[in-house]
Amino acid sequence: MTRLAPLAVLAGLGLLPLALGTNPYLLNAMITTGILIIAAMSLNLLLGFTGQLSLGHIAFFGIGAYVSALTSLGFDVDLGFGLRVVHAPWPAAIGFPLAILAAGACGWLVGRLSFRVRGAYFVIVTISFAEVVRLVALNWVELTQGPLALTGIPAFTLGLPGLGTWTLKTKLQNYYLVLSVGTLCYLIVARLVGSRFGRAMRGLKENESLALSVGIDATRTLTIAAVISAGMAGAAGSLYAHYLRIIDPDVFQFSTTVTMVIMVVGGGKGTLLGPIIGGVIFGMLPVALRPVMAPEAQWMVYGLVLIAILFVVPKGIVPGLAGLVRRRAGPAPAPLAAEVHP
Amino acid sequence: MSAPLLAIDHVGVRFGGLVAIADLHFDVHRGEIVSLIGPNGAGKTTAFNVMTGFLKPSRGQVRFRGTPLGGLQPHEIVRLGLARTFQRTSVFPDDTVFDNVMIGLHRRGASGDHPRLLDTLLGRDGAAERASRGRALELLDRVGLAARAGEKAGALAYGEQRLVGVALALASNPTMLLLDEPVSGMNASETQVFVRLIRGIRDDGITILLVEHDMPMVMAVSDRIAVLNHGRLIAQGPPAAIRTDPAVIEAYLGQGSAAREAAHRAAAVRETSDA
Repeated sequence: MTRLAPLAVLAGLGLLPLALGTNPYLLNAMITTGILIIAAMSLNLLLGFTGQLSLGHIAFFGIGAYVSALTSLGFDVDLGFGLRVVHAPWPAAIGFPLAILAAGACGWLVGRLSFRVRGAYFVIVTISFAEVVRLVALNWVELTQGPLALTGIPAFTLGLPGLGTWTLKTKLQNYYLVLSVGTLCYLIVARLVGSRFGRAMRGLKENESLALSVGIDATRTLTIAAVISAGMAGAAGSLYAHYLRIIDPDVFQFSTTVTMVIMVVGGGKGTLLGPIIGGVIFGMLPVALRPVMAPEAQWMVYGLVLIAILFVVPKGIVPGLAGLVRRRAGPAPAPLAAEVHP
Repeated sequence: MSAPLLAIDHVGVRFGGLVAIADLHFDVHRGEIVSLIGPNGAGKTTAFNVMTGFLKPSRGQVRFRGTPLGGLQPHEIVRLGLARTFQRTSVFPDDTVFDNVMIGLHRRGASGDHPRLLDTLLGRDGAAERASRGRALELLDRVGLAARAGEKAGALAYGEQRLVGVALALASNPTMLLLDEPVSGMNASETQVFVRLIRGIRDDGITILLVEHDMPMVMAVSDRIAVLNHGRLIAQGPPAAIRTDPAVIEAYLGQGSAAREAAHRAAAVRETSDA
């Protein structure tokens, strides 16, 4: 049952556009929600599995978006001292991996800076980092156009040798691109948390001294988690830039990080499906609310829905449902032989 | 005598003006079971924390197999083969007993045959994972918790959590094991089983140093006992000698009791000679 649930979710998401038709407004909401879900999954890797709260996660997302956009647009920047950097436009498909690398490198930097002290310090370092990056994007007009925004970002072009190339201009194409990247990210997170590395993360979260005493290197483990998490957020940012094809420093809005945290906590942090379920609920909520209330009022409903969820299932929707299933199935069985010797 | 396995060389620990350990100097040799005892606050757990890198000594040094441990992190020290258990929080509470041991198998000894991260992502860690699962079951069997494998470690009885702690420490494949109050929370029969377990571990070639308050258990299991009081070593020797050491009796029972004990013994000697 637990093995089939992700496949059912994937099949459902794959068929969704066929069921809903190609209403562009709805498809747009689904694509941006999907991109946010990828970012939420990356946040969940840190918040849910290592217990470290990154409140500047949007920085990695935004860095991914800007790096990918600038790679495909090209730039001409004067660094002073007679140094001038000129970059000719490259295909968007190269921007994508570069976005992952750049965001991952920033994750490494932030992780190194803060994981020696952890906890509240990590929260503060991530918030400050996001703010610094936002100010750079806003004020380095020569590179980023500042508040004028980077416009005309090309769409992704996929090429298969012998089969020709496609430029992903339609919403439907972008929906399936996001779904594919999201599935890949899900598989990566699933592999990680089910492995020796995942056990090291859980050990550190549950009892750090004991984890150290069995030989787990805390700084290394948490830094790797931060790099992977940041890289994944960067991938989401790249998808965002090439889908919207215009980005400005508003991508660094703090409220987007808050939305990601709400998705993770509402769905169930530390679960694989939590960010997806929470993401669908909170990502699609504005669509449901738009006919009845103004965007500002929607935030209040957001809050109320989150409170309602956490009131009924304090650990989030997925752990709550899992508990319900377990109670219906009777007491937990002793370890299955299949689990121990697969 | 051969070089000691663990050498505590004039170690001192101060927290600001508080002297937790004034001057600790003793050795543990390969194959021994040594107990470190002393009244509450004598500095026993502090000594453990220094030996395993959780605390830096203010002076002196600890050497394990001749390697000075100064400047090494806890996770580096356990990789040298010096493992420990904890007094209170000896488990990962939210994981099953089986998964606890799987987390403990992080290093899987000195062989270093654990999968790399890239292999994990590509799904090439199957063989290593199977080997870990097999080893985890062996370890649970060893400490007598095989039947509890599927239960949440945090829900176990206190004494059983101690056993999980021992399994976790053994998972790192150590040369020497430091046990911090391993039988606290165990009843008499559980303690008896535990003593057998400790002897078995020693017979497998693992040297043991333990801190414990349960005196009958300490007397039964130890080859040698070191007594700590007010951060200073006041006696060491075989159990029979420690039992009658005036300084030890005084430390535990207070001043004057040693004199009373001596008078008692003198009286007993007189009685027997009268008879």
